[in-house]
Amino acid sequence: MALDSPPMMKASGSARRPGTTRALWRRRHPGRIWVKVVIGLLLVVEVYPLLWMFLTSLKSNSDYLNKSTWSLPTSWEWGNYSEAWTTGHIGLYVRNSLLATAPALLLIIVLGTAAGFALQIMVWKGRGLMLIIFLAGIMVPSQMILLPLFTVYFRAGLSGTLWPLILTYTGTGLPLTVFMMATYYRAVPRELFEAATIDGAGILRSFWSISIPMVRNAILTVGLVQFFFIWNDLLIALTFTNNQDLRTIQVGLLNFTGDFGATQYGPLFAAICINVIGTLVIYLFLNQKVMKGLTGGAVKG
Amino acid sequence: MHRVLGDRRAIVTLIGPALLVYSLVMLVPMVWSLGYSFTKGNTIDGFTGNGLHNFQRLFSDTAAHKALWFSLKYGVAVTVGQVLAGYLLALLYIFFLKRASAVIRTLVFFPVIMPTVAVGLLFQKFFQVAPQTGPMNSLLSTVGVGSVDWFGSPGKAFWVLVIMDIWRSMGFYAVLLFAGLVDIPDEVLESARLDGASGLRLVRHIVLPLSFPVLMSALIFSINGTLKVFDSIVALTNGGPGNATTPLTLYMFQTSFTYSDYGYGSTIALLLTVVCLLVTLAIFRVSRRDLTEG
Repeated sequence: MALDSPPMMKASGSARRPGTTRALWRRRHPGRIWVKVVIGLLLVVEVYPLLWMFLTSLKSNSDYLNKSTWSLPTSWEWGNYSEAWTTGHIGLYVRNSLLATAPALLLIIVLGTAAGFALQIMVWKGRGLMLIIFLAGIMVPSQMILLPLFTVYFRAGLSGTLWPLILTYTGTGLPLTVFMMATYYRAVPRELFEAATIDGAGILRSFWSISIPMVRNAILTVGLVQFFFIWNDLLIALTFTNNQDLRTIQVGLLNFTGDFGATQYGPLFAAICINVIGTLVIYLFLNQKVMKGLTGGAVKG
Repeated sequence: MHRVLGDRRAIVTLIGPALLVYSLVMLVPMVWSLGYSFTKGNTIDGFTGNGLHNFQRLFSDTAAHKALWFSLKYGVAVTVGQVLAGYLLALLYIFFLKRASAVIRTLVFFPVIMPTVAVGLLFQKFFQVAPQTGPMNSLLSTVGVGSVDWFGSPGKAFWVLVIMDIWRSMGFYAVLLFAGLVDIPDEVLESARLDGASGLRLVRHIVLPLSFPVLMSALIFSINGTLKVFDSIVALTNGGPGNATTPLTLYMFQTSFTYSDYGYGSTIALLLTVVCLLVTLAIFRVSRRDLTEG
């Protein structure tokens, strides 16, 4: 495990390269026709499915079933979105997802940052071992913990609430967060905290008021990574939401029939779009951080 | 001075809560799940011990063997596809794209963070034959190949799954591997250029060996993820047709929750964990050897 080279530093290095050195990579005669064809094809493959999904979400059922799949909607049925939101219960599912994601995210960040600080800045015997214990959690498939957790939550009377989701997300999100935060703290010099102590600050206080502002960016990155993991999770949500009123957006979308009876294609596509739009908005504003965070976390294996 | 940074009470306060939650949610259940594999039953009816019976069953259960085989087949196909597509994209980014590079990188990365369930349903409709002809079949009909019932046969369903997961994640590997390419020192490239290496030869003899370490970590990451695949398959085929696209993860889920057999479910989960560990270790060993030889 590449613990001795901070992965985040590497990933960010790419952005800081001056453009001139990149010239070395380039061919003498760029812009050949086949390059343009490849790039054009790539754009079509990436964008068309999304465009098709959006256009279909605005079609009426008869439009969808009877007209060519390539055609534009004959009338733009924006009502599909409100149908999906209310009759399809997507509104309820989004609310559940938010209620499960927000507390889990908060807990992960607070506990993970504190643990990362303790593992990287504090000096004690056994912290190497402790980091490996946390790392073990990244490898193990979730299937290995689902059944005992189900038993515990059931016996504790937590089934029927969102608590199983919050607790499980927190526990499964911690290993990667602790590891990433410890890596970020490697860039913060220990002397800073020793100096703060001379000035009379306790170590807990230094952790809070000196180290947190210094790793603010890292916290945002880690938070984004965990947000996508939790928001997009299906396995844990499917296991612990045995009640329709507790479904998260992913479980709800998977079982999207709502009160419609037969499948209504317009609202179904609208529901898929609503699900995608949430992540799209975040991605529009923070894409560089998201890319850096997710690929940085990958060097964990 | 290390007395301050070695303050035991502070250390316990900082790491204690995280360790507690992590232990209760992950470490204890792992061991507990191990215990379940020697039992029969479920939460509602209670558990009774049945020794090694679950393991014997695993050895003779053809459905489990089929699921294991599918997991491995899928893992290898998608891993090779993801990393290869990602590498080709990374080369495209660095060799041919100028100003648009960042925009295209960002665009191709987007499906990575799309909810898998959304992507699964999108592909299901994109490849469907009935009740409406989806874009893929419509395209094939136009070209003269004719519509294909993608989800009617195991082989075709497998390929739609593979295509979908490559589409979904190639942007991720492209960015990961691109960062590896950018890290190649300029001097190396410069001298290779001066020696007359260009195009494919430059890639083959200079770029590929130098990006080997990051390729390896991409492979390990990818195989670990694909062996644990669950969301994509549940959303796209739900294991069908029949149980032809059921990986170990889904088989475990069905055994536990559809057939309420937690004991055997835990045994399958254990098998999955062992497979993940073995495959990762194997790649580690192979990559170490290659590094020392090269």
